Amino acid sequence: MTLEEAKQGVVDNFSMYDEWLDKYEYLIELGKNLEPFPESKKTDDRLIKGCQSRVWLDCRTEGDKLFFTADSDAIITKGIISLLISIYSGRTRKEIAEDDFSFIESIGLKENLSPTRANGLVSMINTIKGYSTER
Amino acid sequence: MSIFADGMTDHITTIEGIRSQFPILDRSVYGKPLVYLDNAATSQRPGSVMDCLEDMSIRHNANIHRAVHALAAEATDFYESARAEVASFLNADASEIVFTSGTTASINLVANSFGALCAADGKSEIIIAESEHHSDIVPWQLLAERNSMSIKVLGVDDNGRLEIEKLAGMLSDRTAIVCVAQVSNVLGLINPIAEIVRIAHSKGVPVLVDGAQGVVHCDVDVKALDCDFYAFSGHKIYASTGTGVLYAKRAWLDAMPPYMGGGEMIDTVKFSGSTYAKAPHKFEAGTQNLNGTPTLVPAIEMLKSMRAASKETEAVKEYVYGSLVADGRIKLYGTTEDLSLKTPIFSFNVDGVHHEDLALILDKMGIAVRSGQMCAEPLMDRYGVTGMLRASFAPYNTMQEAEYFISAIDKAIRMLK
Repeated sequence: MTLEEAKQGVVDNFSMYDEWLDKYEYLIELGKNLEPFPESKKTDDRLIKGCQSRVWLDCRTEGDKLFFTADSDAIITKGIISLLISIYSGRTRKEIAEDDFSFIESIGLKENLSPTRANGLVSMINTIKGYSTER
Repeated sequence: MSIFADGMTDHITTIEGIRSQFPILDRSVYGKPLVYLDNAATSQRPGSVMDCLEDMSIRHNANIHRAVHALAAEATDFYESARAEVASFLNADASEIVFTSGTTASINLVANSFGALCAADGKSEIIIAESEHHSDIVPWQLLAERNSMSIKVLGVDDNGRLEIEKLAGMLSDRTAIVCVAQVSNVLGLINPIAEIVRIAHSKGVPVLVDGAQGVVHCDVDVKALDCDFYAFSGHKIYASTGTGVLYAKRAWLDAMPPYMGGGEMIDTVKFSGSTYAKAPHKFEAGTQNLNGTPTLVPAIEMLKSMRAASKETEAVKEYVYGSLVADGRIKLYGTTEDLSLKTPIFSFNVDGVHHEDLALILDKMGIAVRSGQMCAEPLMDRYGVTGMLRASFAPYNTMQEAEYFISAIDKAIRMLK
């Protein structure tokens, strides 16, 4: 699946729900199904700054590709990071660096989060992008 | 000429009458009726307060206490009438009421000005309750850092009760002041201020009361409490934002040095040295919130008439308290056998559910609540949590809203579990 197809898949899934409560229910399911994150990796250097709840993001590289795993103590946040991982994990540095993450706007996620949580989302995106430029 | 529309609230005898005074309560969020349960953060404003603010801006805007022209005289009159009203509300003398921008500013004033007196007097310890808001912690830490003082913490027990039996043993001739909220913004329990003051005074130690939440829910009589300082914000009692009050005993105000220098607080200014105005003006440097402060008058009138009118407030409180305590999934902080000591501020956690997730889902159901540390990080540490969910009720919140809130929590928990 290409990056564009993965993003479209998320947009399509989101558009199935009219009500924001249903969209949250979808995010909660995503959060619950996120693969377990080892306690030993919940370290301060993996903690994303700017989130009200705690979010840990780990990045592993295979050649030019980046693979992400993550966890959060809040389930909706976990769903959001799961959604980002489903799109961006396994992509090349170039793909991630060049992506504008504008699909977030098309699903209206940012506007529907509280300002503190929207900042958290921006922090998550910046952290993912940050890994793509790290050498 | 009066912007304080007489008797506007006379007809308030029912909760519908109360609600009709607060236009914002008619709005909806996400297509659902707004249920505003974040009153401990800020209350909503009645029409009478907004009318007063608008009228001050449109008809009476002039700087106070200075010019001889008509507008200045009117503006000064409204501003000083507000001082008299607040004094009467607290059972104080008008000369003991200093206007500030809010509780935080009031406490900073005391920590700086009274704090300087304490430091000069060789005092080296400050006693602060564990349940205090950051605004009643950090100003004292700053004072302590400047003067090599130390902070001693008066603990709370598992139920949220202040361990006042330990207070006497903590006091000494080194103690500068005891700082305690009348009602914690998290726990919602009414602390025994008069008793705390009696204990502190028996060792000659003054007491500052953070009344930000207390003034909302208690009839405050500073003479009966005998506290030395009482601070509160206007915006939590339906007045305009940026209004605040510091009550201080006259003897302290006379002894305390000015906190900020500038216009209005002076008597004479020479390069060889300045002399200062008498209290309370000594502490009101610079142009004051001259449009906002008069809104304290209609706000206090509204508060009084809501207290007199609302039979529903007590019933709502008892219903919400009972429902939360009875729910085995919920851990409520700030519990008591005697509900007369509990205000309708409910902070809690749900086992295995993050407070922020709950707040987010309630928001989409139209319910405004607070999640997080509530500016009381030491108290969060005390209970070993990263935060809590808080619902705080006002007299305009109906039983129907309370029932919707309780059912919404149940729905949200079932979504999240």
